[in-house]
Parts: sequence; C-alpha cells; structure tokens
Amino acid sequence: MSRRYDHVVVGGGHNGLVCAITLARKGRSVLVLEAADAVGGACVTREFAPGFRVSPAAHLLDVMPADLLDELGLERHGLRFAARALPTCALGGAGGPVVFAAGTVRGVGEADVRAYAQFTGQMARFCAVVRHLVDMVPLRLSLATWSERLAALRVAWKFRALGKREMRELLRIGGMNAYDLLTENFDSDVLKGAIAFDATLGAEYAARSPGTVMTLLLRLAGRLRSGALGMAQPAGGMGAVTQAMAASARAAGVEIRTGARVKRIRVEDDRAAGVLLESGEVIAAASVISNADPRTTFLRLLGPEFLDTDFVRRIDHFRARGLVAKVHLALERLPAFTGVDAAALGGRLLVAPSLDYLELAFNPSKYRQVPAEPALEITVPSVNEPGLAPAGKHVMSINVMFVPYDLGADAAGARRQLLDNVLATLERHAPGLTACVSASELLTPSDLEREFGMSGGHWHHGALTFDQFFFTRPVPGAAQYATPIPGLFLCGAGSHPGGGVMGLAGRNAARTILSGAR
Amino acid sequence: MNANSNLRPLYRRPLLTTPFFERSQYFVETDTYVPWAGYSTPDVFSSVEQEYFAIRNSAAVFDLTPMVKYRITGADAERYLNRLITRDVGKLRVNRVAYTVWCNEAGHVIDDGTVFRFGKDEFHLCTAERQLDWFLDSAIGYEVDIREVTEDIAALALQGPTSCAILKAIGLAGVENLKMFEMGHFRIGELPLMVSRTGFTGDLGYELWIAPEGAVPLWDLLMEAGRTRGIRPIGYQALDMARIEAGFILPNVDFISAAQTVRLNRETTPFELGLDWLVALDKGHFNGRRAIVEEKARGSRRRLMAIEIAGKKPAHGSLLYDDEKNWRQVGEIKSALWSPTCKRNIALAMIDAPHFSTLKEFWVDIYLHRELMWERRMERAWPVERPFFAPDRRKATPAPDR
Repeated sequence: MSRRYDHVVVGGGHNGLVCAITLARKGRSVLVLEAADAVGGACVTREFAPGFRVSPAAHLLDVMPADLLDELGLERHGLRFAARALPTCALGGAGGPVVFAAGTVRGVGEADVRAYAQFTGQMARFCAVVRHLVDMVPLRLSLATWSERLAALRVAWKFRALGKREMRELLRIGGMNAYDLLTENFDSDVLKGAIAFDATLGAEYAARSPGTVMTLLLRLAGRLRSGALGMAQPAGGMGAVTQAMAASARAAGVEIRTGARVKRIRVEDDRAAGVLLESGEVIAAASVISNADPRTTFLRLLGPEFLDTDFVRRIDHFRARGLVAKVHLALERLPAFTGVDAAALGGRLLVAPSLDYLELAFNPSKYRQVPAEPALEITVPSVNEPGLAPAGKHVMSINVMFVPYDLGADAAGARRQLLDNVLATLERHAPGLTACVSASELLTPSDLEREFGMSGGHWHHGALTFDQFFFTRPVPGAAQYATPIPGLFLCGAGSHPGGGVMGLAGRNAARTILSGAR
Repeated sequence: MNANSNLRPLYRRPLLTTPFFERSQYFVETDTYVPWAGYSTPDVFSSVEQEYFAIRNSAAVFDLTPMVKYRITGADAERYLNRLITRDVGKLRVNRVAYTVWCNEAGHVIDDGTVFRFGKDEFHLCTAERQLDWFLDSAIGYEVDIREVTEDIAALALQGPTSCAILKAIGLAGVENLKMFEMGHFRIGELPLMVSRTGFTGDLGYELWIAPEGAVPLWDLLMEAGRTRGIRPIGYQALDMARIEAGFILPNVDFISAAQTVRLNRETTPFELGLDWLVALDKGHFNGRRAIVEEKARGSRRRLMAIEIAGKKPAHGSLLYDDEKNWRQVGEIKSALWSPTCKRNIALAMIDAPHFSTLKEFWVDIYLHRELMWERRMERAWPVERPFFAPDRRKATPAPDR
C-alpha cells in the first residue's frame, strides 16, 4: 500500500479538480483519480474524425464565475480564449435572425427591444438573490448552527432588498413555466423561442413545464457571474479549461493519476477509508470525495450495504434522464446560414424559432421517440479557432434537444432518424450544408453516459428542478456535500448548485470539508 | 373453498378466513371475530379464562395463518437480511429461528418478527404488518427474490405443557429433541410439515407450518390426539394474556410502527423497547445503525419496563407518576394484566428518561368502571424482571410430556 492521503477525489472532472485545488491550497494532501486517459470529465476536447477536434460534451464556457476563474489562476496556467462574449443568433424568423449581443437584442420590433431591456434588468435583479443561493452551501431546514441562521438571514436580506413589488414578482414567477412568462412579456416568436431554449437546455422539460423559470434564472445567474468573459470559447476547446485546472492543481501540490478507474469506495469502521482501483490497488485516505454522480457514487462505488434503505430509495428516485444529444460534423467548407453574418457565425446559433416549436420537439421524447424537427444549439468553433479543423475546413458542434435516454426497441433506427432530422433541420437554415459534411458523430444521452460515466447521460448528473435543488440536491441526507457515511463527500454536479461548467459544487464541497465536516 | 365463503356472496366477505376455519368455526361459541391482517379471526372461542388456562395447564391451539410471511431467497439473501434487520443473520444457522426487529434510518422500529433460516440462501420472515414495498426497496442493489407467501402456508401454534406429548402422539418422532428456536421437518401423510419450537406464550410450545390443503387433516389429528391432553382452540384474548406474562411486546399496543406514526416522537427505538439484545452493532452496517449508535451514546429518551403494581386491578391505559402527591407524569402503561399464574398485577410501561433509571417506585392511577360508576385508585408500582413468567419447561430439551 502506498502513502495515505488526506483526500482522494474520485473523478477528475472540473468540479473534482476545483475541489482538489481548494483543499491542496490549504495544505491538504490530495490525490485525484481519473478513469479516462486525461482529466476533464465532460469538459474535454477530443478528435472525432481525423483532424477534426470538438468538445464532446459542454462546448462553451458561460457559467463559470469570474472570481472562481481568478481564484483558480486558470489564465496563469495557460488558459486562453479563442473568443469571449459571444453573441447568440436565433434562426428561423420571417424577418431574419434575432441577435442577442452585449445585453441587447436586434431583429425584433421596437416594443420587444424595450421589453427585452426591461426583462433582462429585472432578471438581473432577481439573479442577485438567486446567485446568493447558488453560491452557498445549502442550508439545512433545521438551521441548527449559528452560521446557518446567519446565512439564512443574509438570503432573507437579499430577498428583502428587492423591495415589495419585486419580491412579489419573484415569488409569482419563481414556480412558473417559461412559456407563460415569455408570452406575458414578448411578441416575437423567435425571441421567445430563444429565451425558452436557454430555460430548458440541459433540463428535463420543455418551456410549458413547471419550474422552467427557475432553470432560466439559474442559467442567467450563472451567465451574469461569468462577467466580462460572457459566453466564451476556450482556445483548444473545453479541454483547455480542465487542463489549466490540472496545471493549477499540480502547482498547488495535487497529485493526479489518469487511467485509474475506481472500483469501490472502501469503508472501514463505518467510515470511508479510501478506494479500491480496478487494477486491484488499494489507496488509503482519510476521506473520499466523489465527483461521480450520486447514483454511481452510492449504488455502484459504495454499495447499498453501507446505506439505509430510506437513503437508497431517495437516491434511486433521484431523477437523471438526459435529454440532450450531441452531434459533431466535419465540414468541407465554412457553412452559410441564411441571414447570418460572419461575426454571428462565430457565436451561438439557435434553432428554436417559437415556443410551439420547442413543445413539438419535446413531445416525442415522452414516448421514447426522437424529434422530427429538433431544437438546436449550434457552434462552429473553427471560426474562432481554425486549428480545430484541417486548413480551410470547419467543425460544427451541436446540442440537440430533446433526445430521450431510452430510444425504444429500434435504437439504431432512431439514431439514424435523429441524425437525418438534424441534418434536414440544418439544411433548412443553411442550404447546401449537408453536401459538405464529410464525417459526423452522434452522441445520445446513453452514449454520453457511456463516455463520461454520467448516470442517464444527464449533464447535471440529475435534473435541476425544485424538488432536486438546494437542500434537496441530490437528496436530503447528502445535500451539504457530506453523506451518511462519515468521510465520504460529494463534489459533483449532482450536488448544489448543479452542473454546467461552473465549479461551484467542487468549491463548496472543499469549503465544507475545510470547515470540519465529518 | 370453505364454509364461510360458500354462505355469503363475495361482497359480504370483506375479510378472508383461514384454511382452519372449516373446522375452527364449530368451536366458536361466542361469535366474536376480530379482523387481523385481512382475516376474520376468533377473539374468544368459549371463555377467555378457560382458554388462558389451556395455555398454562394443558395445550392451546391458536391459528396464526394471518401472520404475514415473506420468502426471501437468492445469493444475497443473507447480506440483504443483515442490512435489513438488527440481528446478525450470519450467526443464524440453518433450521434456526430468530426474533428480531427492523428499523428505518432514524433507528425507529418499523416492525418485529421472526426469521426462519431454511438454507444458506433461503429464509422466511414473519411480520405483523404487510411491508413488501419496504422489503423491495431494501433490495435495491441486492440479488434477492422476495415474495409474500402468507396465503401459501397455514400456520397453527400449539402451546402449553402437553403440546409436545400431542405432537409425539400424532407421530412426529423426535419432536421432543427440538431446541428452543429450532425447526424440524416432518410429514403429515404426503405433505411436509415444518415444526418450529417457537411461540408467543412464553411456555413450552410449537408452531406448525403446512400447505393450506394440510390444514384440516392437521387440525383433526391434533384434536384427536389432544382430546385426553386438554387441547382447546384459543382466541386472541387468551394469547394476549400469555404474551404479557412472557414479556413479549405487541405492535400497535406497546409500540407503533415508524411507518405509521403521524405525530412527532411517537416512534420507538429498539433500545427504548428494551430490545438491546437484538441489536448487533458489531455486524457491520444495517438500517438505522448510525442513529442507534448515536442513541447509545446520548442515552434513550424512554424505556419500556416491566413493572408490578400493588392490588389486583389491571392498570389498563394508566399514567405513571413519580409520587402520589406531585402528579408529575413520568410514563404510561402500554399493556396490563392481573396475571392468573403469577398472581401478580403486572404491566409493561413506557417510562421517560431519566426516571426509568432513577426511580425505584412509581404511582399509577387505575380507573375502575363498576356498575356504571368510575372509581380512581392510586397504587404503588415498582420495576421488576422481565419476563414475568418463564417456566423451566419452556426451554427443557428433550421437552417434557406435561
């Protein structure tokens, strides 16, 4: 047996790395174990066709807080950006695309422009409260300690500071669906579709489902925190973010081992005591921190024999059904989208031209079917960084909503159908595009599960909904990063505040551990 | 299928009858049936006193078919049960039975029951309440098959000093050599009969388990062989008297399942029920272990104790006070009985901390309803050993004939 670490982190995704860095900087000895050949988890870059590289899961950096980026020293450790503050261009409008850039919107009527300014202003004020919740270690309902009571007071004070009118409005819309809220505010179908897209991207539901205003607020709060960086494309793809984290981690003294797949979390005397690797190697540690999703952590790595039935039942009920597929296309030349200029092409293109379009794209997923006209989030990262594709060629990375985890009996047929539908949809907005596709890759939620070890292929390791948020994320009894097993902690997206390449779950977990949690 | 079901249309039969009903109905003189786990069961056959004395002086037959039974099999059956219940199943040998409780994550008792080990990977678990959902949820991650077999097994308790003699008389050779909590396998004609030396009376006694079609032949054999040995079918009430003397607790009387409580702090823990000896803290994790370890360190909130009360009037539903004048409540009576065999006024009382360990004497208010007039008596009470009654014949092996 080798040395005994203070902490061993299972999984070298961004949250695991953030957690490791934070702990190591306080003098803890930390070992990060990553099953894949490189760190990064779902925040990586890889080749999918000779010479064409993409970020196969997350493909933009848009919700990592600027202060965390600084704190981790990522730019000091080599992180560069191919583009910052990217615009969003919503396709499919009768009057051409609707472009969101620098806090304003173009391509809609006068009234919508004004309404949008008002709407974003109000959302920003609400986000000041939401952001506070997002940042903190979730309170326990018991408010057992003075620091928790104080934290609760601070939240209450932030809320209070909104003033009576806005407090009432936040309470009114907090549990609403995006469809109703957007219909109240805007006329343009494309505008509404685009905002609703952001409200539902990576969620389990479409715009008419309850709780989609909450998911919108969470996303907006995250975006506001990214500050001047805005929506950014790291040079070298998303893998560059985690590579910089790994460099920062090593500088802080963290030991990182890749190709080290953990088989079991070891328990001794009712305490997590280390891990057993697939190789048979045993690594001892005073505590184990899991960046894996809750289901994997508790049911596969730990095992129900160390947990109570009630807890296992809650974990079993934790919903993690991914609904986003990924499509990568190798393109022979730069695509041309109708009405989209060169600047917008480097940004984010949305195909979600109306609320009804989103609902119709969502419906089949309820019945294990793929959408005929999928909603898409398209990026062409080679516009900002030509090196991602061979000279003169381009690479396209697309998030496809809403694709169920379970594709029914004929999964192969459904996959072919889905790819055809995606290409047909693209062709409508970029005539001639399909003709220049030389290679393609489709990753459905079940592929994402296989490649990244995320249960259900869910980006956030579990749905971000009211019932799985804050002190119920992932489940009561594990919502403050500590778990029923002393010495075992969670630090992944399954914990508050969830996923997106944000890193806050990792930082909160580290802070909890440093504050002396068992 | 049986007489009752032929007489009444289905909609008039909300409760089931057991396979023994075909015979037992002719012994019921009082027509007092009570519902038990979906079955209609006799509360009293003829007279409670006679039935009680059959338990203590001759032999009593009690139909326990409604007892909920689960069959648990599979490669992980032992691991599964060890996580589910508080006792160490690893120490339970094949053909042995163990009384146990099981808890939720808060260390609160969900139910009590008995585990029967038929083989390395084969168990029966008998419970008071139906709880397949809990058992199935507990099976997440285990290779185990769980099914309810209540209706597949007819079960009869034969309890009392002549019970072994009766079993020998019906041809169960060697049954006297069964030890307490041991199972033996016999045959009645073609049908396998399992006999376990278990019971709810604290006396010499057995429980007989057979396929439903064997119920009537078994009943007839027992009644025939028991004719000269004082055999008598008994109802729920007589059994309840015997179980209090034996110090056995009853769900929904001495404690409420944590799965059913609504009010705060109505749940109970194994320690509170005085069942420390059932909790194997050294066997690794099991449901509720962490909470129980915490309780052990912190001390229990209350404790079920055996007490004796002056006078002869059973203290049903009485409250306990720390002295005669102050009326400071320190607990309450759960089960009470004037014990005809011990000639003592006994009770199981739940007493709050710290009084269960500090007070040597309590006061009990007993309310008597006499010819439509209520009278109250204050009586002295004191803790005593549990069980109240434990005759040597209960454990003697080979078992005596009378």
